[in-house]
Amino acid sequence: MSETLIPGGNTLAVPAAPPAETRVMRMRNFWSDYRRSWVAIAALIVIVALIVGSFGAPWLVPQDPYDLANLDWLDAFLPPGTEGSGGYVHILGTDNAGRDMLSAILYGLRTSFVIGISAGALALTVGITIGLTAAYFGGRIEAFLMRIVDLQLSMPAILLALVMVAMLGQGVAQIILALVVAQYAYFARTTHGAASVERRKDYIEAARSTPLPTRRIMFKHLLPNVLPPLIVVATVQVASAISLEATLSFLGVGLPLTEPSLGTLISNGFKYIHAGRPWLSIYPGLFLMVTVVAINLVGDQVRTVIDPRNSR
Amino acid sequence: MTDPILKIDHVSKRFTRMPGLAERWVGKLTGGGKPVVVHALSDVSLEVTKREVLGIVGESGCGKSTLGRVVAGIYAPSDGSVTLHGKPIAREHGGNVDKLTTQVQMIHQDPFASLNPRMKVGETLAEGPRHHKIIPANQVRERMRELLEKVGLEGAYADRLPHQFSGGQRQRVAIARALAMEPEVLVLDEAVASLDVSIQAQVLNLFMDLRRDLGLTALFISHDLSVVRHVCDRVAIMYLGRLVELAPADELYAEPKHPYTQALFASVPTVGTGKGRFEAIKGEIPSPIDPPPGCAFHPRCPFAGPRCRAEVPRLTGAGTARTVACHLNDGGVEMKTEAAA
Repeated sequence: MSETLIPGGNTLAVPAAPPAETRVMRMRNFWSDYRRSWVAIAALIVIVALIVGSFGAPWLVPQDPYDLANLDWLDAFLPPGTEGSGGYVHILGTDNAGRDMLSAILYGLRTSFVIGISAGALALTVGITIGLTAAYFGGRIEAFLMRIVDLQLSMPAILLALVMVAMLGQGVAQIILALVVAQYAYFARTTHGAASVERRKDYIEAARSTPLPTRRIMFKHLLPNVLPPLIVVATVQVASAISLEATLSFLGVGLPLTEPSLGTLISNGFKYIHAGRPWLSIYPGLFLMVTVVAINLVGDQVRTVIDPRNSR
Repeated sequence: MTDPILKIDHVSKRFTRMPGLAERWVGKLTGGGKPVVVHALSDVSLEVTKREVLGIVGESGCGKSTLGRVVAGIYAPSDGSVTLHGKPIAREHGGNVDKLTTQVQMIHQDPFASLNPRMKVGETLAEGPRHHKIIPANQVRERMRELLEKVGLEGAYADRLPHQFSGGQRQRVAIARALAMEPEVLVLDEAVASLDVSIQAQVLNLFMDLRRDLGLTALFISHDLSVVRHVCDRVAIMYLGRLVELAPADELYAEPKHPYTQALFASVPTVGTGKGRFEAIKGEIPSPIDPPPGCAFHPRCPFAGPRCRAEVPRLTGAGTARTVACHLNDGGVEMKTEAAA
């Protein structure tokens, strides 16, 4: 046994590490990278404005479009900018029931956001669980779970959602469930892809040889390291959930007209688009488009910022 | 010699890759598509006594890392057993490995991959002891700081993320993580191979200090013969999944007996010999999917005879604590029948 110390090796000579990076600093770095694109900033402002506008709708707009007592048949089909019997200007006009379009759109947008975000969050949870389980355990479990996911990805999401809604019926909860079924596969696929790469890294092996319980390794070690790509997929999928819901409502299997979402409004106005009242479809359509595009732009910039190849 | 605490008893490890569905169908036509079996370890037996550092040396692909992982409980052996104080280290559990002890801890080669990049160093150190209740919960923070200081870092580093450390510092963290579990046996898998030479020396000195202070028992896996000579009490040489020579470090370096060991030593570059040329071992290491019959080293061995091609050499005690698996030390390389004639 040789106890000689190797010359030049001083145990205590340790160079000082850079100062600890705090969460605040990380956020600040993220923001300073994010704001380099003015398009992304504009998109973020639009989203914030739309969220504030839609969730603050009860205090911002003159009319509750869900309350039939507020509606007046005499106000039906007023073009944008006319003053109705309520004594205020209908900025975006009214529909066939005398509903103020701006109010209906903002209320509808609120429904769209609720559905999009909760369907996105639920699909994310389900997809993460399936993807992580498949990547961690491998073998038959992986083959079984991922083949189901592949099978589902080979069908158009809209078709699956239609079938689900046909089975479940109309309503917000039913739509959310249908969207989760249609969308979880995207999250499962992304999680599985990222997790099977991380799974093979030494820190997972180190945790297994400690040993730590499987659940802890999956959710404390694997999950945080696959989260960044998922954040991007989640933003895109929220936008896609919103447009899917609008599509379903437009096809008449989504939400009823008494509880209008953007899709319901577009569908309702579609009947009058050649009758000289195009605003009934165009305005909710514009709002839908702006919302979806803005969310996608934000997601795109987030992807650019968190991509390590872009780091300074 | 005291009684061994760690016993590796006739351990074999095979990795089998089953062909996919498509491969099986194509295989029906072409005659392929059979499971591929890699013989990573074949019948390895070793014993490690308390406070001993056993070096494991060999070329890449000789199974030394697999042996380390079997001992660390990451793989379950296909045959044989690894026991610590007579109790098995891991068991196969429904296709997965179920590690049974916290007494064997591993230090990986690459400190950039072995630490969770999104977990603070203090948390990385603390989660094992906390989960296994090795340290009372109210003392964990304090003990982790002590531990960081013990491996030559500052206690305040506990709140940092791995990417804020250099390679040598990360390897110290990895050592601290292993020590936090208060293990009896450490497995160091090429623990200094990915560090700069000067940092290697620091980390090795740290390891020697800790070994002296804590009375560690360790399996030191390396391909670096000079490092092994410095650190290890005994050295095991492996070739293609088999143990070919086992000897106390001094004796082995003074007089290597197995032709493979001799060839290994001849290929080590040394400082100061001037214009000498290195003697590379001729040929390539054979594939562990289809190991050669007889002695695995015979296609590359300058002394190989007919017996080497037919018969797997036994491990024989050539000296006191020395064993060599070579027919040269066990009756010659000619076939017994020919020798008799």
